[in-house]
Amino acid sequence: MKTFALALRMLRRDWRAGELRVLVAALVLAVASVGTVGFFTDRVKGALARQANLLLGGDLMITGDRPLPPAFAERARELGLATTPVIRFNSMVQVANAPAGGGAASAILTDVKAVGAGYPLRGSVVLADGPQSDGRAAQGTPARGEAWADFRLAQRLGIAKGAKLDVGEATLTMSEIFKSEPEVAGVVFSLGPKLLVNIDDVPATNLLQPGNRASYRLLAAAPAEATLESYRQWLGGELKAGQRMENVRDLRPEVRQTLERAEKFLGLAALVAVLLAAVAVALAASRYLRRHLDAAAMLRCFGTTRARALALFVLQFVVLGVVACAVGVAAALAGQELLVHTLRAMMDAGLPAPTWGPAAAAFATGLLLLLGFALPPLVALSNVPPLRVLRRDLPRPRVAGVLAYALGIATVALLIAWQAREAQAGAIMVGGVGGLLLVAALAASALIALLKRLPQRGVSWRFGLANLTRRRFASSLQIGALALGLMALLLLTLVRGDLLASWRANLPPDAPNQFLVNVLPDQADDARATLSQRFGREIAFSPMVRGRLVELNGAPLDTTKYKDARARRLAEREFNLSWASALPAGNRVVAGRFWGADDRGDAHGMSLEDGIAESLGVKLGDALTFDVAGSRTTAKVTSLRKVDWDSFRVNFFALFPPGPLDDKPASYIAAFRAPEADQGWLAPLVRKHPNILAIDVGEVMRQVQGIVERVSRAIEFVFLFTLAGGLLVLQAAVAATQDERRFDAAVLRTLGASARQLKSAQIAEFLLLGALAGLVAAAGATAIGWALADRVFRIPFEANPLVWVYGVVGGAVAVAIAGWLGTRSIARQPPLAAIRQLG
Amino acid sequence: MSRPILRAERLSKTVRSGDSPLVILDGVTFAVEAGESVAIVGASGSGKTTLLGLLAGLDRPSSGDVWLDGHALSGEDEDRCAALRQRLLGFVFQSFQLLPALTALENVMLPLELAGADDASQRARAWLDRVGLGKRGHHYPRQLSGGEQQRVAIARAFSGEPKLLMADEPTGNLDNATGREVADLMFRLNREHGTTLVLVTHDLDLARRCGRRLSLSAGRLVGDEKVGSDSNFQPPAAPSPEGEGKLESDPTFSEGNRGLSPTAG
Repeated sequence: MKTFALALRMLRRDWRAGELRVLVAALVLAVASVGTVGFFTDRVKGALARQANLLLGGDLMITGDRPLPPAFAERARELGLATTPVIRFNSMVQVANAPAGGGAASAILTDVKAVGAGYPLRGSVVLADGPQSDGRAAQGTPARGEAWADFRLAQRLGIAKGAKLDVGEATLTMSEIFKSEPEVAGVVFSLGPKLLVNIDDVPATNLLQPGNRASYRLLAAAPAEATLESYRQWLGGELKAGQRMENVRDLRPEVRQTLERAEKFLGLAALVAVLLAAVAVALAASRYLRRHLDAAAMLRCFGTTRARALALFVLQFVVLGVVACAVGVAAALAGQELLVHTLRAMMDAGLPAPTWGPAAAAFATGLLLLLGFALPPLVALSNVPPLRVLRRDLPRPRVAGVLAYALGIATVALLIAWQAREAQAGAIMVGGVGGLLLVAALAASALIALLKRLPQRGVSWRFGLANLTRRRFASSLQIGALALGLMALLLLTLVRGDLLASWRANLPPDAPNQFLVNVLPDQADDARATLSQRFGREIAFSPMVRGRLVELNGAPLDTTKYKDARARRLAEREFNLSWASALPAGNRVVAGRFWGADDRGDAHGMSLEDGIAESLGVKLGDALTFDVAGSRTTAKVTSLRKVDWDSFRVNFFALFPPGPLDDKPASYIAAFRAPEADQGWLAPLVRKHPNILAIDVGEVMRQVQGIVERVSRAIEFVFLFTLAGGLLVLQAAVAATQDERRFDAAVLRTLGASARQLKSAQIAEFLLLGALAGLVAAAGATAIGWALADRVFRIPFEANPLVWVYGVVGGAVAVAIAGWLGTRSIARQPPLAAIRQLG
Repeated sequence: MSRPILRAERLSKTVRSGDSPLVILDGVTFAVEAGESVAIVGASGSGKTTLLGLLAGLDRPSSGDVWLDGHALSGEDEDRCAALRQRLLGFVFQSFQLLPALTALENVMLPLELAGADDASQRARAWLDRVGLGKRGHHYPRQLSGGEQQRVAIARAFSGEPKLLMADEPTGNLDNATGREVADLMFRLNREHGTTLVLVTHDLDLARRCGRRLSLSAGRLVGDEKVGSDSNFQPPAAPSPEGEGKLESDPTFSEGNRGLSPTAG
């Protein structure tokens, strides 16, 4: 007890002396960055889990591309399950009898959900009377002839309750506005607004024509898990192709996967900050060791046993660590709130409150980091020979080189493994960061060498530069660390914006901005004529037939053999099959031969897109069998094509010659460019052919862009931790060289240098350091920007000079301030004191 | 005759220097009675400091043994030596060895705290008063002159009320006048508390103020002379113009004598 109280007192004294600030700051930073990301992803995952069973609106959901057999519902009822049918489809929705060219959008692509009585079986639809209202649970479902719109739809249509809406051929009265409904994944970034209608109104809309993309569902809820399980088992044997059973477990695997990937990425980004913090902790701990040698020797000389000395030091660090970690957790709580705030607009529903799990994990991270890097120096400290009080010339106890950091490095490796969840991703991340750091440090080292060769002007600059060169290794490392943080920020701000602008500018001017889909064969000619006339040019409509790939070379397709999730998805869902007499523009045959303009019929096989062929493991000459609306069509792959997807044209994975698909239920699709200002063409077309869906690419782009912006802001936020980490390393390094600097300053003062000269030499050093870091960061950001432009987006890259300006000036100013804060006391110190203290 | 408080028996210390062993101390034997004041003198490199380290159990002899208050150090591990030091010894060093992060008061408190004293603060304050620095307890070592720092160190050394005070060139880093004052203080407290004093110095003036002088040369004890059996209670052999009396009579003492540099504040 006495030891603990004494340790506390010693800690207080050390804290007061400012010996521990860098250490604490590094710990707070590490805990805050890991905690922020941890809290955030945990809350999002919590939202998913909490909503999982509400999400379906039932305990179980069966979905199908076609109407489900009545037996499904009958069997469920026999077993005592409650059921309700749902049909979900997309449709254009517009205000009935609205004058064309009104202020609000005319016709909006909407996610329509037709529900039966009893919906939802779990959870509830929350109605609200205004965006600020808390909402109330709805009783029942929309009555016949009524529709409930969500906020976004009501807002974009500019309507209030009681407005009439055209949905297909039906006109419905919007009787309620809803805030949320169960089947909204909390974090799914859904694009379209939503409309709830009565399932009995669906026939009147006349929207569900053959080839439609509606999803037919049956929700089921069971009073007991056993009943549900027996139904599930029965259903297992009944499901046909195109029918799926979804329950909480396999719910939205893509969302879960995306989230997991985001978690991993953010976690590893946070880990970069932790790595930098680890460097700072290591530096600070080794400084602590050096600064406390005398104290430790004195303790021993006063008769403190080795064990007690160790206990005293370790206790101090543990208390320090606990306090710092607590502060870090508090900072993380604030940080994740900011992150949630940034991304709030993308989340349909609220997040659950933070839990203690991530707090504990972040806390453990901090303590592990501290003990990993501080324990060896502390042990060394407790082993100081007491004779040191008499013999200052005794060699300092050194924690044996590699061994000193073995524990720390093991700790960091552990943290990485834990954060990455898998060794490979962690290794790649650490390797990547390490590589970048190395390159940055090498670049910095080269720049320092170059600077030295330049003619030197002014005593301040010369001293500043001399300081950088003297500690060239440390300087290079600091510059590298800072450059990494700066580079991430430059990339996320300037370079990202440039790339986006450049990509947009490089879209072909005639790139389509409107897609018409779901055009029925008997509407295609009229739609083509109407639009061609309106825009004064021929608008092409391509036929589209939906078919499922069921056999490969006569053998049933086993989708489970695809390890790649994307390949599995491709194989499981329906393909859009099309036919054409000639190779479409933007397509290039890479293998085999494409049929001639006059070729028709089965003999000519089919053409497959090169990428999907590879994913599915299909080769030239393989025979593919598609199930189209119940009948089978088999064709040999006679050619493979590369498709220019960037063109925004209508493209198909699978193309047939005219003939084989002629008798299959088809719909048509068209892509064209409409002048931005001209929306007038849409309303009459939709009024005439209500089943046609129009997708405004511009609108989609704006939404996607909004998401990209928010997400990158979130990432920026996490990378701010990285920059802070870099600055901390700088602080720790400055602190580590403090004694040396003090002595230099004292000598310089003795030789007649003014305090002002000393100050400007220090500022010059840090300005240089920051500018070099900025330079390296700007070069890195530009290089990565170029690589992205050239390799990924395939657009010409234009270097933005502002990247260099912000990088160099921003880096110089930030580092100069941080450095000056760390060294400002030095110039003020009377020279003799410094010399005497250190001599 | 009572049991000697400190006894060295054929104490030798050899270190390896390159290939050949280097003898630093060679068969040093002596005993110190309680209440004695002993100066260990000798030229640089004669082995004085090594001897002091061995006597305090801070270092291990190559052969021979040390008895501290009847306890043989050779059989004890470092931690037991530490416990003996805590109970018996006080130290004053040439370079003061005040911890820079601690105030004067906290520096004095530290050994008391380590010993688990509940009234560390009061006792330390009292000791600072006795060395004339009662008002400067909240000052940091860097704000004190050299002489003041050494007085804090003396307060620290005496605060645990040790039986034996070991001093290593206590005036070595001070100018003459300040050194004399600090020595006066040390001898006065030593006398008042009946502490045994073992002092290592090459300053013969300082050595003359001790009752007994042990001379070391090249690691061997070459002289053991008593200045007078009761010299410990005699006025100093080389009284300074500013004698001990001044310490007690001049209330401005603590402010009046700055050490090496005008660094306070």
